[in-house]
Amino acid sequence: MAYGRGAAAVRAIDEVTLEIARGEFVAVVGPSGCGKSSLMRLISGLHPVASGVLTVEGKPVRGPLKSVGMAFQNSNLLPWRTALDNVLLPLEIVEPYRRGFSKQKYSQKAKSLLESVGLAGFTEKHPWELSGGMQQRTSICRALIHEPEILLLDEPFGALDAFTREELWCALRDLQAARKVTVMLVTHDLREAVFLADTVYVMSSRPGRIVRRCEVNLPRPRDLDVTYAPAFQDVVHELRSLIRG
Amino acid sequence: MDRRELAIKVLSPLLFTVGLFVVWEIVCRALDVPLTILPAPSDVFGALWQYRKPIWDNSFVTLWTTLAGFLIATVFGLALGIGVGWHRALYAGIYPVLIGFNSIPKVAVVPVLILWFGIGEIPAVLTAFLISFFPIVVNVATGLATTEPELEDVLRALGASKLDIMRKVGIPRSLPYFFGSLKVAITLAFVGAVVSETVGANKGIGKLMLDAQAAFQVPIVFAGLIVLAVLGILLYAATAAIEARFTGWAFRGQANR
Repeated sequence: MAYGRGAAAVRAIDEVTLEIARGEFVAVVGPSGCGKSSLMRLISGLHPVASGVLTVEGKPVRGPLKSVGMAFQNSNLLPWRTALDNVLLPLEIVEPYRRGFSKQKYSQKAKSLLESVGLAGFTEKHPWELSGGMQQRTSICRALIHEPEILLLDEPFGALDAFTREELWCALRDLQAARKVTVMLVTHDLREAVFLADTVYVMSSRPGRIVRRCEVNLPRPRDLDVTYAPAFQDVVHELRSLIRG
Repeated sequence: MDRRELAIKVLSPLLFTVGLFVVWEIVCRALDVPLTILPAPSDVFGALWQYRKPIWDNSFVTLWTTLAGFLIATVFGLALGIGVGWHRALYAGIYPVLIGFNSIPKVAVVPVLILWFGIGEIPAVLTAFLISFFPIVVNVATGLATTEPELEDVLRALGASKLDIMRKVGIPRSLPYFFGSLKVAITLAFVGAVVSETVGANKGIGKLMLDAQAAFQVPIVFAGLIVLAVLGILLYAATAAIEARFTGWAFRGQANR
């Protein structure tokens, strides 16, 4: 994958091979600008593949997939819509919900999803009336409302403070456990990656390459206390040594 | 509205306006300015009351021609703006022509319109339209062009079509720009209608002022100006109210300032 054209083009990622099993939680870590987000844009179908093969459920990816839900570093909520209406947005686009979409029909579904991340009572608020953490929760709900099989998260907690971030780790952990959704999380926070993921891939700098695949064998369900356990620290330490700079 | 806000929003513009008229009155009396040069407010309001019937009739004509031209400009401007914002080729193609067209003083176009449609209300409506659609087109196109690609990505990742993205993101996102341009457009439409009336018409405030001027009835001319100013403020306030109603989300937090 490359940005720009001709000689000036920047090759963002090169020779990346990875396989994600259904229901697996995968994290991709690497230094800033290593092509983590580019990889995600490829998988989501937002950016066409220049060379190589990319398949989801055995079929090559040619464009955006309906079975994918995405959340970004910025919550990217539509400011003119309430939290509830923002969460409902994918249902107005994606089949089969789109046909015969009505707000009454699905608002209960959206409300219970928002409640499950602790946003009961905030459904009618506009994005600017929500805190950063609340916005990000809403954004993750929006990525999940159409029941995608794959959840792509591009540094979703990057802009949050440490406490809110840990709170949202737990929210995401519980959502994934409840829904058995396949998750690919791009992050530069190693503790986040190790706490949440089954498998962590480490990428190197430009052009991005996968340099290590690392399985996290900590038992589930994981509690926040696990982040202070020696076994956890060892994995984080090992990953850190693979990333220079 | 609490008392403090009431004082700021209602009392202060009222005091300022009254003060302006008082100063005007004092200057006229103190310097003994002749009526044919600058009539004092008392003379102007006297004329306004004395000739209220013809002033009312002519204001009504100016008002409806302005609104008709403004309405056509809104529909046309919105459509063209979305078209221009939709496709870059369309943008590149139309933009120079638009700018060229906007550079033509509309006073120069009025005689042509009169030639085509005769003396009457139609040239006024058309002038109001021609002068006011440009800011609407430019603003709507700008609103669409500056839509954050991240917001579009949210929809694109779901496999949304370009029409979907336009409906769900592009158009709502550019509504504040659209309504902002309406405030500019309504005053321009007003200018257009009056300009057309002063060049050639048989009714309207512009025509009334032209006749009064020819008869050296300067207080009536100023009465006409006052009516124009008041109508302009009312139309502006109406569009501003519509704007606040539809795009409240874009003005968040202003109540606290």
